[in-house]
Amino acid sequence: MNEATANDSTPDRPLTPEEITRRRFLEKLCIGLSGICAVILGIPLVGFVVAPIFRRTTGKWISVGDISDYEVGKTVSVTITDPSSLPWAGITAKNALWLRRVNEGEFIAFSVNCTHLGCPVRWLADAGLFMCPCHGGVYYSDGTVAAGPPPKPLIRYDVRTANGQVQIKTMAIPITTTTKL
Amino acid sequence: MKRFLAGTWRWLDDRFGISALIGPSLKHLVPRDARWWYVFGSATMLAFIVQVVTGVALAFSYTSSASQAYETLQFITNQAPFGSFLRGMHYFGASAMVLMVGAHMAQTFLFGSYKFPREMNWTTGVLLVGFTLVMGFTGQLLRWDQTAAWSVVVAAEQAGRVPLIGNFLAQFILGGTTIGGATLSRFFAIHVFIMPELMFVFIGIHLMLVLRHGIAEPPTAGEEVDPTTYRREYEELMRKTGHPFWPDGAWRDFVFGTGLIIVIALLAYFVGPPVLDKPPDPSILHADPRPDWYLLWYFALLALIPRELEGYLMILGPVVIGILLLAAPILNNRGERAPSRRPWSIAVVLLSVIMIGSLWIVGANSPWSPNFDPPPLTEKIIGATYGPIFEGARVFQTKGCLNCHLISGNGGRRGPDLTYIGDKLSENDIVIRIVNGGVNMPAYGNSINPNELRQLTAFLQSRKRPMPAGLEMTRP
Repeated sequence: MNEATANDSTPDRPLTPEEITRRRFLEKLCIGLSGICAVILGIPLVGFVVAPIFRRTTGKWISVGDISDYEVGKTVSVTITDPSSLPWAGITAKNALWLRRVNEGEFIAFSVNCTHLGCPVRWLADAGLFMCPCHGGVYYSDGTVAAGPPPKPLIRYDVRTANGQVQIKTMAIPITTTTKL
Repeated sequence: MKRFLAGTWRWLDDRFGISALIGPSLKHLVPRDARWWYVFGSATMLAFIVQVVTGVALAFSYTSSASQAYETLQFITNQAPFGSFLRGMHYFGASAMVLMVGAHMAQTFLFGSYKFPREMNWTTGVLLVGFTLVMGFTGQLLRWDQTAAWSVVVAAEQAGRVPLIGNFLAQFILGGTTIGGATLSRFFAIHVFIMPELMFVFIGIHLMLVLRHGIAEPPTAGEEVDPTTYRREYEELMRKTGHPFWPDGAWRDFVFGTGLIIVIALLAYFVGPPVLDKPPDPSILHADPRPDWYLLWYFALLALIPRELEGYLMILGPVVIGILLLAAPILNNRGERAPSRRPWSIAVVLLSVIMIGSLWIVGANSPWSPNFDPPPLTEKIIGATYGPIFEGARVFQTKGCLNCHLISGNGGRRGPDLTYIGDKLSENDIVIRIVNGGVNMPAYGNSINPNELRQLTAFLQSRKRPMPAGLEMTRP
């Protein structure tokens, strides 16, 4: 190790007030410059990392087939593909929802995400129940909670019929927040 | 030749200053009676080194693309030479690291080693435990299969429970509003760059602190830590009875560490890496996401905490535990170190182990999850081949009762075992339960017709304990 390091009293005389001021100034200068460097590097880093959050991708109407494809009183799973997915999303751009044809003109589209922690619920047609594989949430056919930990009914997609087709409005994975409870 | 090599070494050592730099660290005095209890820290670091080496190797083939990661994993597992072995090493290395860091933490806590002057050794260690768990979770996500994709959703949902900024955090985790192209690459960056760099820094600080304060001597009952005298006493003790870390103390670390690596390699070779689940396609709803074993206890906790407390516990629980752990040495940094004089410390460790252990066991069974594919009830179990009891058994299966209730060991474990329900409930009670439901049971009033209800009730009433007079038990 090089032991010849300086301290505030080198050389062999006390420092003049000017020298002390100069040293303090240089210290502050270096720390300030480091701060500027950190900001120059930090802004693009943070901006880039949080950018995906602000990318608006949902809320587009997409068709999921003819009205006549669906039987009244039946609940079936429908696969949709996110129309605004990133080019390399591949199969992760796909999503599913549970579509129930209530009567001639009325449809309900349930998000598959359990409102407890988001696991995909399964429809047991004979039992008329949705069941969650993770922590045992159970919902009735109208999406209301039948048992288990879910705090809310299944979230619904906006659904409409137009030109003989059933259309779904894509949406974000519903996040169950405590603030809304 | 030997002289030439020795000369070369002396020259290099002089110019680089290797001995001068690390000599004092290697030769620092350690307590002579610090025996096998002290190997867990170095074992944790060794497991970390295994993770770095195998992780770097895997990164040569792994692609952090949401659409291709699964294919590269299949290539690594099924085609690449050593690929399956490396994935296995990385998995069991992670498991070893979690186990060793837990053992290390329990040992330093029991021995009171977190007390003066080693408060910051403990605190940096707690941070490293947290980093290890983050690595475990993000690592499981990089195994980009169906379970991984749904685990991201579960993580986002949990983050969503944080007041005010929950939605922001959830979208930060997902990399947007849904699973997609942006999701995997951010976990790759966190798992491969951010967390390892943090860990390098904190392992460095942790080791520096070990050198600065020395390895804590094994505690002796009655010898209390007094901050005013402890350092002097420790130095004196080392001068009198200490021996150099290298090699007098270190050989046990090498023996234990080698054993650990051999075990990791054997498990990687004979058991192999975790099997890849279905592809990460969110439209495949036949999913059964479970975390890897080191987080299974937490998965169980999420199923078992009372609903009213869930929102608070999910967020406040980890925060409070984290703060308590970080602050432990500041709350109490002097006095007795011996576990025999600190019985509560033994209780804390035992309770933690029992709690995590039992949550782990229920997590592995997850009785709260419906059994989606129960084998159908046999005629032997039903005890009839026609008539209302037989038809009732069919209703029991089609209406999903069997998914949650056991009959003679078949079915789900979500609700009560109904094998002998006929002994306990009258016909009326059974009908009321079915129609109105219960605490954790759906009401079937709207989805069952009177005939089905009659048959189902007949079936359930027939579920009675066999007569004791030498009759064969139907229960397996």
